[in-house]
Amino acid sequence: MKKEIICIGCPMGCYLTIDYDGKTIQNVSGNRCKVGLEYAEKEISNPERTLTSTVRVKNGHLPLVSVRTNKPLPKGRIFDTMDLLAKVEVEAPIKIGDQIVENLFGTGVNIVATKNVSHKG
Amino acid sequence: MSDFQSRVVDLVVIGAGPAGLAAAISAKKNGVNDLILLERNNWLGGILPQCIHDGFGLEVFQEPLTGPEYAQRYIDELKDLKIPCFLNSMVLEVTPKKEVFVASPEGLFCFIAKAIILAMGCRERTRGQICIPGSRPAGVFTAGVVQNLINLKNVMVGRDVVILGSGDIGLIIARRLTLEGAKVHAVVEIMPHTNGLPRNVQQCLIDYDIPLLLSHTVTEINGLNRVESVTISPVDENLKPIKGKEQRIPCDTLLVSVGLIPENDLSKAFGVELSSVTAGAIVKENLETSVHGVFACGNVLHVHDVVDFVTLEAERAGKSAAEYVLGKSQKMDRIHVETGDGIRYVLPQNICTDADLELSIRVLCPGESVSIGFFDDQKLVKTKKFVKVHPAQMIKVKLKKSEIMALKTLKVEVLQK
Repeated sequence: MKKEIICIGCPMGCYLTIDYDGKTIQNVSGNRCKVGLEYAEKEISNPERTLTSTVRVKNGHLPLVSVRTNKPLPKGRIFDTMDLLAKVEVEAPIKIGDQIVENLFGTGVNIVATKNVSHKG
Repeated sequence: MSDFQSRVVDLVVIGAGPAGLAAAISAKKNGVNDLILLERNNWLGGILPQCIHDGFGLEVFQEPLTGPEYAQRYIDELKDLKIPCFLNSMVLEVTPKKEVFVASPEGLFCFIAKAIILAMGCRERTRGQICIPGSRPAGVFTAGVVQNLINLKNVMVGRDVVILGSGDIGLIIARRLTLEGAKVHAVVEIMPHTNGLPRNVQQCLIDYDIPLLLSHTVTEINGLNRVESVTISPVDENLKPIKGKEQRIPCDTLLVSVGLIPENDLSKAFGVELSSVTAGAIVKENLETSVHGVFACGNVLHVHDVVDFVTLEAERAGKSAAEYVLGKSQKMDRIHVETGDGIRYVLPQNICTDADLELSIRVLCPGESVSIGFFDDQKLVKTKKFVKVHPAQMIKVKLKKSEIMALKTLKVEVLQK
């Protein structure tokens, strides 16, 4: 089978063509470096993305704190994670790097804060 | 303006977004102790706190950061260096004598500065500026406003969305709206190519099956109280809508993401010469504008695609302002850089130095295996080859001291294959 994707490894944006059979890659073309090769392999075996979003804050100087996954998350879990984050509320103060949710759906991926939110007032 | 308390300072930096923060830090590190940073909002970091996606910092920190994380690194450094910052402070006027009039919660001030760094950033073009016909219902937003509402204020803007403009901001907000439960029916782009990075087309549109309609534009907004639909049309090679090919997309929200304009009202009013192409100041390589001792950097100078380049440019502006304040010798403009075929602009526009320098170049059209030529009086003196060029990606080219010394004129042009 053939799949055409754009590498997200850097701003260059190489257009990759992947020849594969099931989860085995036969050939990758269009990449200009090994980041593209690794990305192509991941896209066929287990596509992942870093997810960024926000969660609600109680008693914060802002109503929301921005968050991210601490490492790329299996793509199929993105909307499950969004549903889960919609129910999360954390208490201020929050510091960059604070863990908000641990081990999402057993993937070993955590949600961490990307913003400092101080206590209201 | 006698109600203003006068204060003499070495350097005033206007704007505390990524450019202002980096410029102030750099000026201080290069020996300016008496400086102040002015910011009209009640926070530091400008637009970065609402840019919660990642990909910032690859150039400066060699790691992908989100906007708030990137900003915090500079905010922490600003505090460590004890650089005084006035928040909620609006600059009312700057004069050619470098008096900066400010209204702040602490009172009215007139800072009499030896040097000024302009770092006011840019603002979004609106529906009005691109003259989309139709009624004027609620539900028409610029992309940045929506990013602010969703990411900072926890306000959702609509359920069924069409986005006009495929720059990176448009692409990123398409993904964000989708993650938050809206249906983005289409991203509509008048040009035959997207203006965003290819990787954002993949991870923001293709990943979420959002259609990208190239060579199309919104020709009418319909709805009385709230947007009910938009009419879109394909465009011909002159970007004019083709009659009879319109289609209606039912939606409750239209986002316009159609470019950014450097915010130069202050600069213009005190005589800073602006470029009609970049809408920012005309500068020499030390980022000094046509007014001596006034420097510009970041998106107020020209709209950047990567914040890292804003930071690097602002650091140079900070260093140049420090050299000016500390009385290092100034040179006159020697070469005016001309732009030829295929080039939108080159920065700096003027060169007076005899040291190594870096040119920032933006092309007009995307292309593969493109060569850019550097001409001195119609003689090709340097060629630089690129695997790929894109209007959304600034090209940086270094010129060596020996190369510059030999030049009498300089014209930059995309070479025909």
